[in-house]
Amino acid sequence: MTAAPTSVEPRLLLSAPTRGDRIFRGILSGSASLTMVILALIGLYLLSGALPELRADGLSFFTSFRWTELGPFGIGAVLYWTVTIALISLTIALPVSISLALAITQYASARVAAVLTILIDLLAALPSLIFGIWGLIFLQPRLVPVSEWLSQHLGFIPIFNVHGTNFKSSAFIAGVVSSLMIMPIITSIAREVFSRSPQGEVEAAYALGATRWSVIKTVVLPFGRGGIVGGAMLGLGRALGETIVVVLIVSPTFLISPRILESGANSVAALIALRIGEAHGIAVNALMAAGLTLFLVTLLVNMIASAIVSRSRSGAGVEL
Amino acid sequence: MTLADATVTLSTDAAEGHTLSASGVHAWFGSHLVLEDINLVAEANTVTALIGPSGCGKSTFIRILNRTHELVPGAQMAGEVILNDEDIYGPSSRPTVVRRHIGMVFQKPNPFPAMTIAQNVLAGPKLNKIKVTDPDELVEVSLTRAGLWREVKDRLDKPGGSLSGGQQQRLCIARSLAVHPDVLLMDEPCSALDPTSTRRIEETIGELRDLITIVIVTHNMQQAERVADHVAFFLAEENEPGRIVEQGSTAKIFEDADDPRTSDYVHGVFG
Repeated sequence: MTAAPTSVEPRLLLSAPTRGDRIFRGILSGSASLTMVILALIGLYLLSGALPELRADGLSFFTSFRWTELGPFGIGAVLYWTVTIALISLTIALPVSISLALAITQYASARVAAVLTILIDLLAALPSLIFGIWGLIFLQPRLVPVSEWLSQHLGFIPIFNVHGTNFKSSAFIAGVVSSLMIMPIITSIAREVFSRSPQGEVEAAYALGATRWSVIKTVVLPFGRGGIVGGAMLGLGRALGETIVVVLIVSPTFLISPRILESGANSVAALIALRIGEAHGIAVNALMAAGLTLFLVTLLVNMIASAIVSRSRSGAGVEL
Repeated sequence: MTLADATVTLSTDAAEGHTLSASGVHAWFGSHLVLEDINLVAEANTVTALIGPSGCGKSTFIRILNRTHELVPGAQMAGEVILNDEDIYGPSSRPTVVRRHIGMVFQKPNPFPAMTIAQNVLAGPKLNKIKVTDPDELVEVSLTRAGLWREVKDRLDKPGGSLSGGQQQRLCIARSLAVHPDVLLMDEPCSALDPTSTRRIEETIGELRDLITIVIVTHNMQQAERVADHVAFFLAEENEPGRIVEQGSTAKIFEDADDPRTSDYVHGVFG
């Protein structure tokens, strides 16, 4: 009331929702907040479990390479192998997924596209245990010659170098198998953004005499860039958390090495799955601390992914 | 300069015009016949207007003229379209080369939003991997012909999407002209524009007539009367495919049509 007498306050806009509106809104905001509450509860539970271990080992928990019966514990190598396996699977899955999505949206006939889409979605629905068993029994013996060839011909590159002759149970093989598991999600996001390519620009390019490939290069891929990056991050998130494939395939190690074709790797999820059954005392806390680390890393990767996708021109409105 | 030719001449020689003639053109979407027996000749260096109510197949027909019709799944056609004594649907012709010789401007302006104004103009040569000896000159000539040069010459590095709707449409015309087509097809180029922009485009069409052959689809009778030399009236009776009811010089169609449906349509009795 102290302002100038002529000033007009904006009115508070009110509306009277119907009872149906109110109930519906209640249900929706209830379920929305439930997911936040669950997420927070999981985070808090892991944090409280992890604290005793984090007090005991401090930052060296993240940087040292050791895991003994009753501590000290360090997941440096485990984190390293987790990221390495995830990056290997992303390196393989990304080009395959993009090609597949381009084939479905740009080249295949409507019927072939529908069949391919259903097959890829089915692949996404298979339990990871199936991939793991198939990878272990069928794929591994067939991948070992590939590893041998790579180390023979490209062994001068440190990552393809191998000490000894054991090519089984390597980060490479685990990465190949988990690439099959993250391929469906990346493909379906890429397919979604490619199919939204602005028709006007596609036609403009064709009308200038562009070939199908130059249309893809000029319109489809630039438009879909955000979706591709976001889908890749989402795939990375999945690969980081992949458990059973790593448990079945790799032989666990707590040492770092650049040699991805050589036997021995690890992952946070596999570490927890393998050790939680017989762990007691501080070891349980150490595993919870490892779980908390994985929780935070995947949360971060997924948040970055959705931010990139929803901010890109193509990704607005794409469901992740 | 054949339609199978992978190179394109970037000459500015306008001495010899190019006649585009369609004969016995039919079109289907799936098994549904939408156009029946269309015969039309767009004489060199003239403007031919296609008029008629919505859904009579004008757009389908104009898309047949540069082989963009076949990009629609299930679309089929019959008949011949002859440019420079060659059937553009002949066994030795390539759709990409055909489309470079017969350019197209669409209803909705569609510049490439991520490219600058200059890059938009040069998009055609780039998409076709044609080396341009003097890009700056090509940009200036094309934009001048499209009547846009004076307005944008100081901001060629700004995105194409930053222009107004009418300017975007003239940018699209400049982009089509930059590959030096023989024929320019325009599918309702002004229907999304305000009257001032529409007048600018019509002026542009008038100036381009000396350089190339133009075929334009329009719903605006005054526009057809203002810009066209030759007018073809398309009509699709209920449950029938589209046909040309009547065609002739602009004066004939607007003042002395033979068919009563034509004179009713051009004078706004229906449509």
